[in-house]
Amino acid sequence: MSEFLAMGGYAWYVWMSYGAAAIAVIVEVAALRSRRKRAFDDLRMTSAAAGPVTNVRGAR
Amino acid sequence: MNSTDTRDIDAQRTATSPADNAADDARASVLRAFGWSLARDLRIAIRSKAELGVQLLFYVIVVSLFPLSTSPSRDVLGMLGPGVLWTAALLASLLSLPRLFASDFTDGTLEQIALSPRPLPALVSGKIAAHWLTTGLPVAVMAPLLGAQYALDGEALSMLAIALLLGTPILSLLGAIGAALTLGARGGGGLLALLVLPLYAPVLIFGAGAVDAVRAGVSASAHLSLLGAGLIVAIIAVPFAAATAVRIALD
Amino acid sequence: MLINWYRFSSPVSFYPLAGTGAHVFGVLAALFAGAGLFVALYAAPTDATQGDAYRIIYLHVPAAWMAMFIYLVMAGWSAAALGFNARLSAMMAQALAPTGALMAALALWTGAFWGRPTWGTYWAWDARMTSTLILLFLYLGIIALRNAIEDPRRADRACALLALVGAVNVPIIYFSVRWWNTLHQGSSISLTVAPKMAMTMVTGILVMTAAAWCYTIAVTLMRVQAIIVERERGATWLDSLIDLRRRDGIGRSSA
Repeated sequence: MSEFLAMGGYAWYVWMSYGAAAIAVIVEVAALRSRRKRAFDDLRMTSAAAGPVTNVRGAR
Repeated sequence: MNSTDTRDIDAQRTATSPADNAADDARASVLRAFGWSLARDLRIAIRSKAELGVQLLFYVIVVSLFPLSTSPSRDVLGMLGPGVLWTAALLASLLSLPRLFASDFTDGTLEQIALSPRPLPALVSGKIAAHWLTTGLPVAVMAPLLGAQYALDGEALSMLAIALLLGTPILSLLGAIGAALTLGARGGGGLLALLVLPLYAPVLIFGAGAVDAVRAGVSASAHLSLLGAGLIVAIIAVPFAAATAVRIALD
Repeated sequence: MLINWYRFSSPVSFYPLAGTGAHVFGVLAALFAGAGLFVALYAAPTDATQGDAYRIIYLHVPAAWMAMFIYLVMAGWSAAALGFNARLSAMMAQALAPTGALMAALALWTGAFWGRPTWGTYWAWDARMTSTLILLFLYLGIIALRNAIEDPRRADRACALLALVGAVNVPIIYFSVRWWNTLHQGSSISLTVAPKMAMTMVTGILVMTAAAWCYTIAVTLMRVQAIIVERERGATWLDSLIDLRRRDGIGRSSA
């Protein structure tokens, strides 16, 4: 295991690279989740302010 | 065109094809539009001679300050010279690009220009040509004089002038697209620089490279050919892109 | 299986498709990445000359390729947005730009960390790295322009034009940078030479590239969903979305 982490002496370079990729993925997905949440929150606020929909069949 | 209706009938009578007449009309219209736009922008530019002088002075100052940041040794300066003279030309072009469309945009003239029946690419080309005549051309003329500060010999200096004469119109053309896209956008000159400088990179590479080649005693014909080819393509293609960008900005 | 694809060209009908797509490609991305990382970090043999440092290639090459591909796809959507004046095409282009920029940045970062142990320097002005850097600037320019223009439809068209102008310039920029590089570098440093590839190495790179593709598609579809919700505010079909989510127990306090 420690051999795996050591990466033949190149640990710094390999793990800085793979670490950066992992961080990039995590940050991008997390940022997207929060953007989505904010979008829906805004939507909820504006639609609540607008009141219930009365002119579309099937809407509640 | 609304004037071709009667022309069609006339043409049938006189047995010249309507296509010929329409083509002549189109050509004349393009040239007239270009000429009108060029003359107008030149007239406006000449009225504010101070502004033009300031831009040229900016170029001179940037080029003259650079050696202060390195060493005055002739070898170092000789190596840096072409790059500095070219990069400063890029920056001077960037500095002057906003005035290409901005004042016409704010007072509504640009909208009138776009609404006119004249072809917009031709009108935009006239503006770009005026921009080059008042920005790029003075820089290309000034640069060999400043190049002496960088220990460049006569051959290198003349190559510098030629390369700048070929390259600065490309800078004006590409910059016009950026200037039109950023009309009415926040972020000002910084945004324009971010958009346009990556597009400038090939011009910088071949332009400075031409002077470097002459300094190294090698032929710069390849560089000049590529710059020339780029110029031709830009003259043909960019006016349409810039006209589209102007229409987008006016929506 | 004749699907009328034009049905999906409106944000309303595209939204659920994007949701399903995001889930499907997300799962695929995870599977490919798992297999790819297994090959990259474990199964593939250590390189003779570069040692274990070469394993960075399994990240660097896919990232560099994706930075390129995403730009082309984005340019394609931009052409559709300008040509058909279609809102959704512009939204897809808008959704692709951030991921493309991220891939370009990752390619530069991993390239630097690969370069240091192998060729002694974090940054060498080789053609591919410099072109990738300029590609990153092009991405950032498009993102900056979008943020700078207030009207979303005007921003759509301006960014689409910018993307197309950039797309035309990318080959020119790459060619000119390669020219410049060969003149100055000589053959002392040749960063375009990868270690000679055993079959496992090639497979590893391809699997990681597949993972990167699926990840990009998943993330882009997620982003375009968020963009649709942001920009279609006021449309009544969105109200049913909120009700659905409330009914499903999503989005009460923490969506």
